Formats: sequence, C-alpha cells, structure tokens
Amino acid sequence: MTVHALKRFDNVTELAPQALVPADTSRGLSITAQGLEKSFGDNRVLRGLDFHVPAGQFVAIVGRSGCGKSTLLRLLLNLDQASGGQFWFGERNDAKPDKSAVRVMFQEPRLLPWASVLSNVEVGLGDKRGTPEGRALALDALRNVGLETRRDDWPAVLSGGQKQRVALARALVSNPRVLAFDEPLGALDALTRISMQKLLGQVWVDQGFTAIMVTHDVAEAVTLADRVLIIEEGEIAMDLSVDLPRPRERGSVEVAQLEGRILRELFRNSKAGEDA
Amino acid sequence: MSAPAEKFSNLTQWILPIGILVVWQVLSSIGFIPGRVLPAPTDVILAGWKVLLNGELAKNIWVSFWRALVGFAIGGGIGFALGLANGLSRRSERFLDSTLQMIRNVPHLALIPLVILWFGIDETAKIFLVALGVFFPIYINTQHGIRTVDAQLVEMGQTYGMTRGALFWRVYLPGALPSIFVGLRYALGIMWLTLIVAETIAASSGIGYMAMQAREFLLVDIVVLSILIYALLGKLADSTARLLERLCLGWHPAFQKR
Repeated sequence: MTVHALKRFDNVTELAPQALVPADTSRGLSITAQGLEKSFGDNRVLRGLDFHVPAGQFVAIVGRSGCGKSTLLRLLLNLDQASGGQFWFGERNDAKPDKSAVRVMFQEPRLLPWASVLSNVEVGLGDKRGTPEGRALALDALRNVGLETRRDDWPAVLSGGQKQRVALARALVSNPRVLAFDEPLGALDALTRISMQKLLGQVWVDQGFTAIMVTHDVAEAVTLADRVLIIEEGEIAMDLSVDLPRPRERGSVEVAQLEGRILRELFRNSKAGEDA
Repeated sequence: MSAPAEKFSNLTQWILPIGILVVWQVLSSIGFIPGRVLPAPTDVILAGWKVLLNGELAKNIWVSFWRALVGFAIGGGIGFALGLANGLSRRSERFLDSTLQMIRNVPHLALIPLVILWFGIDETAKIFLVALGVFFPIYINTQHGIRTVDAQLVEMGQTYGMTRGALFWRVYLPGALPSIFVGLRYALGIMWLTLIVAETIAASSGIGYMAMQAREFLLVDIVVLSILIYALLGKLADSTARLLERLCLGWHPAFQKR
C-alpha cells in the first residue's frame, strides 16, 4: 500500500473505523537477534538478547532508563557495533536490506534548520532525491501528515508537534520496511502526544512496515503495540503479547490492567521508588 | 513591521554620526575648535574635493582597496581551508593546531620590521601582513563552527544514508556558517587595521601613505579625510558582510523577520 492511501492527519483524530491492523504485512521485514551483546568498557549494557519480530509486527521495548533499550536501537540502526552476537533483517542472516529500508524517528525531530520543510522530507528519499518523482513523493508524504501548506517554511517556525510530523514524513517518504522509533513522542505535550500516537498507529496500519518502538511510556506501548518486550539490566525480562482489540483507548480498563502488570514487573526487581 | 516604520529604523543608525558632524561643524564655525587641531567638516570636504579632482584620491583608495582584497583573499582562503580541515579531521588538528596557536599569539603587527626586511616596502609586505592578520579569525571560527555542528544532525544524516560529501555540504558547512560569519566580520576589522598601520609605516601609495604625506606638510584636513575614508571603507565592508549574512542565514531564528 502506498502513502497515497494514508488518511490525512486532520481526519485521523476521528479514526475512521477502517482497517485497524495492517491488511498486508508483506512489506515489513522481520527482525531477528541472536545473543546480541554490547559492552562499553566493563559495563555490559546488553547481555545476550534473543528475539524474533515477525514482519509487520508493532513491537514496543520498554524498560527503566539505562536498561539498554536505546543501545539496542542504536545497534539495529548501525550507529554502534555489537560486541557479540548478531542480528538481521528479513529471513536470511546474510542479506543486507536496501539502505532506505530501515528508517528511524528520534526523540528530537533532528530537522536540518537550514533546509525548508520540503527539503527536510526529501532527505529521506536517498537516491531519488532531486528527481521529479522524489519531489512528488515528498509532497505526498507531507500531505499525509497534514503539513503541505508549510512546505516552504523553515523548521524554526514550526511547533514541536509539527516538527515531529515533518520527521515522520521524512521517515515514511522512502516507504521503509522497518521503522524504528526512539521515544519519538517523549518531548511533546500530552495532547499533541495523543494525536501523534493515533497518527503513528494509522501509518503503521496503512503501510504495513515492521515497527520497533523504544519508549518509557508504558501506556503508549500498550496502546500502540502488538507486543511488549521488557528489558531489565540488558536482558529480556518479559515478552508480552498485547492482544487487545483495536482501536485501543488510552485509559480503558484493559489497557490500564496491562499497563499495571508491566509496571509491576518493572518495579519488581527494584527497591520501591528507587528512582521513580 | 510596516514599510514607513522600517524606513525609519534604517535611518535610526545615521542619527548619531550625522549629529556628531553637525556639532563638530558648529563648534568649528564659532572657533571653539581651532582649524590647526581639527578642521571643520566643510574644510575636509573641500580638501577631499581637491584631491578627488587631481585623481590622487581615487588612485590611493583603489590601491588600498586592492591590497585589502588580495590580502583578505589569500589569508581568508588559507584560514578557511585549514579551519575546515582541522574541524573535520582530528588527525589534521593534532598535527597543525598547536603550531598555529603559537603563531597566533605573536601580534602580527610586531612582524612589521621583519616584513620590511624581507619584502621591502612594496605590495608583498602589506599583502602579507593583511593575510596574516585575517587568517586567524577566519581559521578559528571556521574550525569552531565545524566542531560545534549538532552531532545529532550528523547522526541523522548518517542513518539516512548521506555520503561524506553530502554530509559536508548539507550538514557541516551550513551548520558552521553562523560561526564562519562571525569570523568574517571580525577579520574584516583586522584587515583595515593592519592595512592602516602598514601603510602608515611603510608605503609609497595608499590612503595611509596619503595621510602620512599630509602630516609632513601639516595638512590636517587631508589627515582627517584619510581617517574618515578608512571609517567609510570599514563600514562598507561590514555592511557587505551583514548583507551576505542575511542572505545565507535566512533560516536562522536570529535573522528571521518578526
């Protein structure tokens, strides 16, 4: 499914009851990790992670700060090299995915301040940048996050939520097969955050990529993900599938129960309230 | 801002200099300031008119301007290149930076006697001094600009598959530009300063030479004229730099129209 099929951002809040799970997950790439380790000096941040994320799944990784969840994401994005073990995208461990197949959204928008909104989206095009086709794709992506009228603006004049939407358009413009999120909504205010969550859920449904989201917001994880991996001290402490019907309401009983279960797990191994 | 208001704010900057001129003229006319000490602005203008007519003024301004430009191009060019190199490469910085910092701590005007011994008083001496003076502000600010480019943006560029060339042109260089402009404006100041001193001490043409010649014959009006021309040239250079800054840094919140 292409970006054209995306609902406009303005309409997303109404959440038209169409597909609630991706109709086609074949676009996604599975992610497999075997004995993945990472040490910084004597500090073993990741102590042998094994997991498999099927194509098209939305998996959330939660944990306390310093548990290694961001390190895991940096390994997957090739921003750091693993100290041991291996991981791969797709079914075979020797095939490298296309460069634009794995995209990321950071906690900060990380837009180039000296490039217009449209040029920032075009950063995500890779080799297609500068072609008429690329321009059309970038405009489409911008339309899908509801910011096509701001195409010529500098990022400095946008609000925090708008900047993150531009960053989302940049990540989506190459039709990625895996989209990684590193606490993408952590810096937004509560209301913007909720509408961004709906937007993220919607693009995942429409595009069918594999989503891997690092977050410390347990409610966000439960609202969006098919599955929650809890990482504690560099190991997977809990692998929980979230089979609640969608759309899920933040604050509904089921979501709250699951959230409570995860929070109990997170606090189980620590002296109560240690750094909470 | 509405158009008339904007026009007014452009004029604001001229109120003080013009006011000073008026006060100066009045004080000279009533004889409070003796003409031997400081001639009236009208006398300076008359003197300027005279040297303008005999072609001396244009020739001297052109000579000084040319020296400034060539020296700036050479010193600024080398400073910019080394600043980029040492900002981008730790190895290059380790090799060069401490040597350059040592040289920087020698006031370049202290080299005048040596430069005269080496090059005599011809063009090379002045251009060498200007180039040396201009080099350091451009070098330091370029290096600093590159070094302080937001590492998160660089990381973003890498995850989005930018090549090293693309990273340089689209992330490092535009990110360093505000700092480079600070260096540029500072260097332009040093450029005129160096040239004034060099031309005053050792030259056979140029505005500084014109001033020194006039001093020999006690022509105070020409001396004052020379000083005013330096002020105007300096202002012109700074305005050009600011215009460039506004053109290149339109994205920067500090340069956006409110």
